[in-house]
Amino acid sequence: MEGGEEELTAHETALYDRQIRVWGVDAQKRLSKAHVLVSGLTGATVEFCKNIVLAGVGSLALMDDRLVTEEVLGANFLISLDEYANSNKTVAELCSQSLRDFNPMVGVSVLSGELSQMDGEFFDKFDVVVVCSFSFQNKILINERCRKRQKRIAFYTIDCKDSCGEIFVDLQNYTYMQKKGDETVERQLSYPSLEEANSIPWRDLPRKVTKLYFAMRVLDKFELLEGRKPGETSLADFESISIVRKDVCEAQGLKESHLADSLLERLLAAGKMEHPAVCAILGGILGQEVIKAISGKGDPLKNFFYFDAADGKGVIEDISVHSTVTA
Amino acid sequence: MTSTSQREAIKGAKVLMVGAGGIGCELLKTLALSGFQDIHIIDMDTIEVSNLNRQFLFRQSHVGQSKAKVAREAVLKFRPSINITASHANVKDPQFNVEFFKQFNVVLNGLDNLDARRHVNRLCLAAEVPLVESGTTGFLGQVTVHIKGRTECYECQTKPTPKTYPVCTITSTPSKFVHCIVWAKDLLFAKLFGDKNQGNDLNVRSSSNGSEGNNSSDASKDVFEQSPHESPDQYARKIYDHVFGHNIEAALSNEETWKNRRRPRPIYVRDVLPEGERNEGVKYEDGVGSIPSAMGLLGLKNPQEIWSLSENTRVFLEVVRLFLEKRDKEVGNLTFDKDDQLAVEFVTASANIRASSFGIPLHSLFEAKGIAGNIVHAVATTNAIISGLIVIEAIKVLLRDSNNYRMTYCLEHPNRKMLLMPVEPFEANPSCYVCSETPLLLEVNTATTKLRDVIDKIVKSKLGMNLPLVMQGLSLIYEEGDDLDADMVATYAINLDKVLNEFPTPVTNGTTLSVEDFQQELTCNINIKHRDEFDEEKEPDGMVLTGWSGPTTKSEKSSSSSNGDSSSAAGAKRKLEEVSEGNGKNKGIAQEVEVNDEDDDVSVLDGFPETNKKKRVQ
Repeated sequence: MEGGEEELTAHETALYDRQIRVWGVDAQKRLSKAHVLVSGLTGATVEFCKNIVLAGVGSLALMDDRLVTEEVLGANFLISLDEYANSNKTVAELCSQSLRDFNPMVGVSVLSGELSQMDGEFFDKFDVVVVCSFSFQNKILINERCRKRQKRIAFYTIDCKDSCGEIFVDLQNYTYMQKKGDETVERQLSYPSLEEANSIPWRDLPRKVTKLYFAMRVLDKFELLEGRKPGETSLADFESISIVRKDVCEAQGLKESHLADSLLERLLAAGKMEHPAVCAILGGILGQEVIKAISGKGDPLKNFFYFDAADGKGVIEDISVHSTVTA
Repeated sequence: MTSTSQREAIKGAKVLMVGAGGIGCELLKTLALSGFQDIHIIDMDTIEVSNLNRQFLFRQSHVGQSKAKVAREAVLKFRPSINITASHANVKDPQFNVEFFKQFNVVLNGLDNLDARRHVNRLCLAAEVPLVESGTTGFLGQVTVHIKGRTECYECQTKPTPKTYPVCTITSTPSKFVHCIVWAKDLLFAKLFGDKNQGNDLNVRSSSNGSEGNNSSDASKDVFEQSPHESPDQYARKIYDHVFGHNIEAALSNEETWKNRRRPRPIYVRDVLPEGERNEGVKYEDGVGSIPSAMGLLGLKNPQEIWSLSENTRVFLEVVRLFLEKRDKEVGNLTFDKDDQLAVEFVTASANIRASSFGIPLHSLFEAKGIAGNIVHAVATTNAIISGLIVIEAIKVLLRDSNNYRMTYCLEHPNRKMLLMPVEPFEANPSCYVCSETPLLLEVNTATTKLRDVIDKIVKSKLGMNLPLVMQGLSLIYEEGDDLDADMVATYAINLDKVLNEFPTPVTNGTTLSVEDFQQELTCNINIKHRDEFDEEKEPDGMVLTGWSGPTTKSEKSSSSSNGDSSSAAGAKRKLEEVSEGNGKNKGIAQEVEVNDEDDDVSVLDGFPETNKKKRVQ
């Protein structure tokens, strides 16, 4: 992307002053030309939306046709209670109003429909696609559609399961300027797709990969086998998921005991519940990553991020072929 | 939320939030979503345009209104049933005393300055209320937990102090752009547009301390006065030639100074602008609400652009003219304000012209503004992350889950794969003068130093006391407060001007003074040690205090940063701002010119955490 010839307006300079001091004018100009799509408006994604609207992206499109329920309101601060009462507006429509107020310079639009049903061309309008609360299969499907387009579309998934959270990043082949002391050097990163990352046998991964990575994949597998929608789980599922754990661990070459009962229990019990504090953290990290990817400034995260409020760690895991242990 | 016990603890909690800025907006939102029902917010600030990129509870239409109040309204829109009390007030106000603090289960700081942080720390210690402290700068941030008897207090570790530059570096031998900024802001701006009665090193030092100092001293007294027959443009040119030409030439005559330094080049208007070019013709239209701006009038649109020497010269001349013609009523009372466009233009142009003289690279207005205003880098994402971490710690505090308290650092580059790195809290520093009762040592010349100096330079500025009381043995020698008798006030006023060893019972070598702040419920003992001489450059206070938050030298940097973007600046940085442009007392002081280096915010996590030798709480 070119920096562009036109200068920021005086209003933009005044409004974005503090952040331009962090990432510079060129990054700000690139941001203002980027188009972002978010599908699935949860506590974690509305945090993300807030962050990039404030940062001044060019446009943001929202997809979420649900009507408002208790569950939707959980960690969502974009829906003002008197507005949604008696309205037939969708979650996306209600959220878009608040986001426009946050920063009138950002074009916020609402698209209806199901993202996994959209054809490839639909994606060409966007530079960044973020999905939340999708089944693992649909995440893979959307990821592949993005990858098939000629332009590079950055793809992210974000999910908050109560006190735990996961972010996945696919920037495909990504080149950026890395700062090393006083010099900047060009660096290239090659990201695996979600499917490719998932196909790496666990026995080949370094031993210290966070247990959350394995636990989340077991949960995905469980939801797939049982035909559950994302987050349709409860503690009562523990026995069935234990069987899935056993099978998966055997097939992948990981000791079953590596995946503690307590962690699976927490994830099952979480269901669709989101811890607002964890949403703020995940939405903050994802916001930062998207800003980095658009501006080409700063080392981007590759390719999973995990946060667990229980130990307070926010960890990056590189799950890609070259990161595997060569025996 | 995970468990019933958590939900109950959150529901029943009464929380005090200090600061409704960058961190505060995010924090209030996250607290409300997490189920907190009773929140009191204190913030003295009003909303500014440069807040809107991250303080998302505020809109353009709120500019000028109270942050605390607008934040409250905004959060009630999505959580109408919770109880939020908003105070548009300074947390140092006496109404917020120890009793006030005692009603809360936990205090959460989202502050932007060291002073207020220290004050809240002391009140939390006195009221025995747990404190969760936080700060951000750019992509960096941290959250720490402070609980009396359990962890270190906020002041157990040295906080990075604002950088101080030797006077002669600023007045005679600048080598970095920041030196030129300090000169332009604290000396030249103050001299031309600030309080004329303030002492100012602008001339004295610049013409070195040799004989030529006398030459110019008579003339220089008048040079800054506009004579009646002088037009604003003539005046501006005279000032220009004097400070950038004559003063540099005078300084050059002191050969000793330039033996090992690059010699500066005197610059006169005639060298830069074509002969005969006059400024008086530039049109200025009085539009409604239009702000006079020299760069606007001169057609310089891009604040990111570095102006040439001649452009800087034109801006300088134009700014001086605009101040004299359009803002004449303010001249004489101005202090530098980073939101004052004309002041920023003046400092940029002056610093750049001086930088040209000394062969220092020039900078854009945008950069100069950042350095002069100690503007802290701030983005929404870091504040959001930090607010999440604060809430997680606050919940642990409410559950008294003390084994799991953590200080968490938000990093820009991962450390052992971690972007968010939790660390066990440190034990209290046994020699911390705030949370332990270790006496301090003050070396001072008791035969020449007045009580006033001790109060201003030590008790207030170093120990951070607000309304101090000083006891010598059982006798009260000084006290501040609203409720004092008139005759006491008179006595104290006399005492302030007494030299230490002239008190009825002389304060001299071996004396112990007890200093107390009732509001903060803090008492310190200071042992006095007499010393005759002090190094003017290294010990500009003429006093040396030891034992307060460790050594005052920067040799050992603190692991925790005192930064904070609640409404803007890092603690140390904002503190500086207050020193140099704040509450009047220290305006335009040239003896202790302070500014933060433009590039030092990376030091935030220096030596952290493996190398830190502090003991962790077991």
